[in-house]
Amino acid sequence: MSDLVGYLLTGLGIGAGFALVGSGLVVIHRVTGVVNFAQGSFAVLAALLTSTLLGAGLPHGVAEAGGVALGAVAGLIVGVIAIGRPGTSPGTSLIVTLGLGVLAYAIEVLIWGDQPRSFPGLTGVAEIGGARIPAHYLLIIAVAAPVFLFLAWFFARTDLGRALSACSSNRYAARVVGIDVRRMGLLAFLIGGALGGLAGVLTTPVQQVTFDSDVVLIVNGFAAAVLGGLTRPVIALAGGLLLGVAQTLTAGYGGGAYQVEVALVLMLTVMIVQAARTGGIPEPAR
Amino acid sequence: MTVRLAVGGVSRAFGGVYAVRDVSLTVAPGELRAIIGPNGAGKSTLFALIGGQLATHHGSVTLDGARVERLPAHRRARLGVGVVFQGARIFHGLTALENVMVGAHATTRAGFLSAALRLPAHHREERAIRERALTCLDRAGIADWAHRPAEELPLGQQRALQLARALCARPRLLLLDEPASGLRAAEREHLAGLITALRAEGLTILLVEHDVAFVMRLADRITVLDLGRVIADGSPAEIRENPRVIEAYLGPSFVRSPHGAS
Repeated sequence: MSDLVGYLLTGLGIGAGFALVGSGLVVIHRVTGVVNFAQGSFAVLAALLTSTLLGAGLPHGVAEAGGVALGAVAGLIVGVIAIGRPGTSPGTSLIVTLGLGVLAYAIEVLIWGDQPRSFPGLTGVAEIGGARIPAHYLLIIAVAAPVFLFLAWFFARTDLGRALSACSSNRYAARVVGIDVRRMGLLAFLIGGALGGLAGVLTTPVQQVTFDSDVVLIVNGFAAAVLGGLTRPVIALAGGLLLGVAQTLTAGYGGGAYQVEVALVLMLTVMIVQAARTGGIPEPAR
Repeated sequence: MTVRLAVGGVSRAFGGVYAVRDVSLTVAPGELRAIIGPNGAGKSTLFALIGGQLATHHGSVTLDGARVERLPAHRRARLGVGVVFQGARIFHGLTALENVMVGAHATTRAGFLSAALRLPAHHREERAIRERALTCLDRAGIADWAHRPAEELPLGQQRALQLARALCARPRLLLLDEPASGLRAAEREHLAGLITALRAEGLTILLVEHDVAFVMRLADRITVLDLGRVIADGSPAEIRENPRVIEAYLGPSFVRSPHGAS
């Protein structure tokens, strides 16, 4: 029983990371129609910069904020290159993001090398329901939860959030009511970059980071996002948490080597079922 | 005389064929101007050239003295050009009220951080927008639908929703593209009443309409297009008597029965 509680909590902690990456994908896809394959590299860049800043003696909090800020800036840069030119189709933009993700590898190896890095998070062990789990997992949950609440509030209750939703619903009509659709797309990339950065900064103390860690994050984040057809953020959140729990349970009761496969099988199953039912991931209205 | 909207020698071609050719017109503040013409006369193209949905090939569009023909649609919206399309261009996935609140975006300046950091001020502004949106829904006659998802509204109500959304932006020039088409008699009467009320409040309105009887009743002046050119411009009474208009558009049936045309 105590094992199960432990697996569930660590699973939720890991899942929160996937959910953050997945939500970034959803925000960007909803507003711009682009599936952003550079999403995982925002997390890696943020984590690597945080390790450097901490190494330089900056206090916790400041270093992590710097990492998230870099994620946001990287998101904006990817956005400018991928959708900056008017009339770029979402398919073309997708290839651009894929290319930028690979370019990020080169930059990361050049600056930080190819060895795994990590930095300490919240130290100590918490005991909940008889289970002893590293306290950092609880920190991940404690940070991610208000972020998701803030996002929900932002999209539902602010003018800018509604403008972003309007872009995802009907771009033509959005322009008619005075919304700068391209700027909203860049804002979506900025938010997606920050969310990816936050995921990297939060999960690195328990998972390490290398330049190619983005593959695990993008596969899991995409699996979470695709559960909601890449358009429903709440389902992406639930999907991320579910994936995290499923993976720790697999690792705990089965073999630890099959964690990514769990995500891949889930993702493929969802996509096949969706394709059979509706003919694929729906493209948002132009 | 001040001029709210001036269209000067505007042309637009599609594949070498002019949809609008050298069209000029001026609209005074507070005027209700109708644009009529047979199918294919270029009404909707002219409308899109003013709203910014299409780019002009020649000529100028001036709003309160400022040239706008090179500005994209969203910039023109922020300058106060409100647009209501013939089709229902609404935001699915948002409620009717949220749709109208999005209309207020053209009048807001708040950024991402200011929304998060100035919470009390943001809260007040948000409430003001909400009140305004509810008023607009009420004026458009669809207050009962406020909290329903927009895509669940019947077509007539979706059209009214577009009008409410445009009003929430407090436009200084309202473009209405065939607002009465497809509406039932009662809805049409409500729309006529609302347009009359908006005009009485001093709003400048450009009305593109197929229903000639509807236009004759409401408009201060009428511009008649045929084959992309202006063939007449005048008061409803003058247009009614203009032989070129009767020949090109209204036809002999209109002379016999002014209310039978459609």
